[in-house]
Amino acid sequence: MTNQVLVHLIKKEFTLELRRKSVISGIGLYLFSLIFICYITFSLRQNSINAATWSALFWLTILFSVVNTVAKSFIGERKGLFIYMYSVASPKSIILSKIIYNSLLCTLLSLAGFALFSVFIFNPVQDMVLFVSALALTSIGFSASLSLISGIASKANNSNILMAVLSFPVLISILLMAIRITKNAIDGIDRSASIDEMLNLLAINAIAVVLAYLLFPYIWRS
Amino acid sequence: MKKHWWKIVGVLLLVYIHIGGMFIEVPRLNILNETARALYFHVPMWFTMILLYGFSVYYSIQYLRNPSTDNDLKSMQFAHVGTAFGILGILTGMLWANYTWGTPWHGDPKQNGAAIALLVYLAYFVLRGSLDNEEQRGRLSAVYNIFAFAAMIPLIFIIPRLTDSMHPGNGGNPGFNAYDLDSRMRMIFYPAVIGWFLIGLWIVSLRVRWKKIQERLFDLEDGKI
Repeated sequence: MTNQVLVHLIKKEFTLELRRKSVISGIGLYLFSLIFICYITFSLRQNSINAATWSALFWLTILFSVVNTVAKSFIGERKGLFIYMYSVASPKSIILSKIIYNSLLCTLLSLAGFALFSVFIFNPVQDMVLFVSALALTSIGFSASLSLISGIASKANNSNILMAVLSFPVLISILLMAIRITKNAIDGIDRSASIDEMLNLLAINAIAVVLAYLLFPYIWRS
Repeated sequence: MKKHWWKIVGVLLLVYIHIGGMFIEVPRLNILNETARALYFHVPMWFTMILLYGFSVYYSIQYLRNPSTDNDLKSMQFAHVGTAFGILGILTGMLWANYTWGTPWHGDPKQNGAAIALLVYLAYFVLRGSLDNEEQRGRLSAVYNIFAFAAMIPLIFIIPRLTDSMHPGNGGNPGFNAYDLDSRMRMIFYPAVIGWFLIGLWIVSLRVRWKKIQERLFDLEDGKI
């Protein structure tokens, strides 16, 4: 029963997303503009960007676009929708569906960002498999933490500022791990060197998903 | 009197560590020299901060199980005093770093972790400030408190151990470990941790009582009672 509800909820997210083309194209354009600004400010003159700066710029871009993307999962929704959802589904299946859907969206977004970075700036990554799996793992962590925080921030008055303020300190540990793995992937170091970081990232993800799952019902109640 | 013995113990311990910490000999270590005395004043700040934040999270969990203004108030006050200790910890650390590392802010992983821990709780206060409904404020801030504390653990306990750090006790630097901490320093360090923690608890209990009295006064003014 709950599995069915979960599948229905994820389907609902996708259909809604595909129906509201302006939102998804808005996110795409946001990402594109950010990367273009990086290109204009840093890379217009050839060779003014090295691998370390590349990684910093890349993660900043991903962080900002992901925060803005996941923020809309609860912020800005109509009140009526909340009441309807409340009556048809349990809070646990709602948060799970949001986390799964947002993870997919974030992974797609980071892959698109990576592609744009390779086109406009350059692609220093040597170990592609490691880098892409790190992207997928960070997307899960980001979406779990941000879905919960978006739920908190949606109840407050100045939700957009609050979203950034509440989420940045929480995301820093995920980001630190991701930056380290990126450095290893750029240098093309043997994969055994990054196992510790990957395991750490997995552990942080597990904490974030479990806590979001356990705590969300308390936010949802009002 | 029976109820207050721990406050007296706390004060006596602080008197002891101030006198002992300033006058009892410390081992001669390279670079550290007399600044090793920072151990009695800087390190206990962090221990106390983590313990107070731990209590704050405990009362947040209690609040989610049993929503009462009492639990919310305690969780809030523990976070407040914990943050005060955190700020003192950062300031004493910067003072120490100025003489041993040459700059007050060195970008050491431990310094960054501490700064992020403070950011988390400052965000918690901003969240509390931007919610008007009392019941909602208690619930949402309790959720954020638990979530942020869990997210902070890898930042404070795991990541500094993965990176090389110039902080004493890391990467072969002398200082806070079993071999360098000689018995004379231990005799002051352990009481210092207990003493500062008791003082922290006392400040929290005073703040909780003060807030309760204030609430009651407001209620009296409004004619509710």
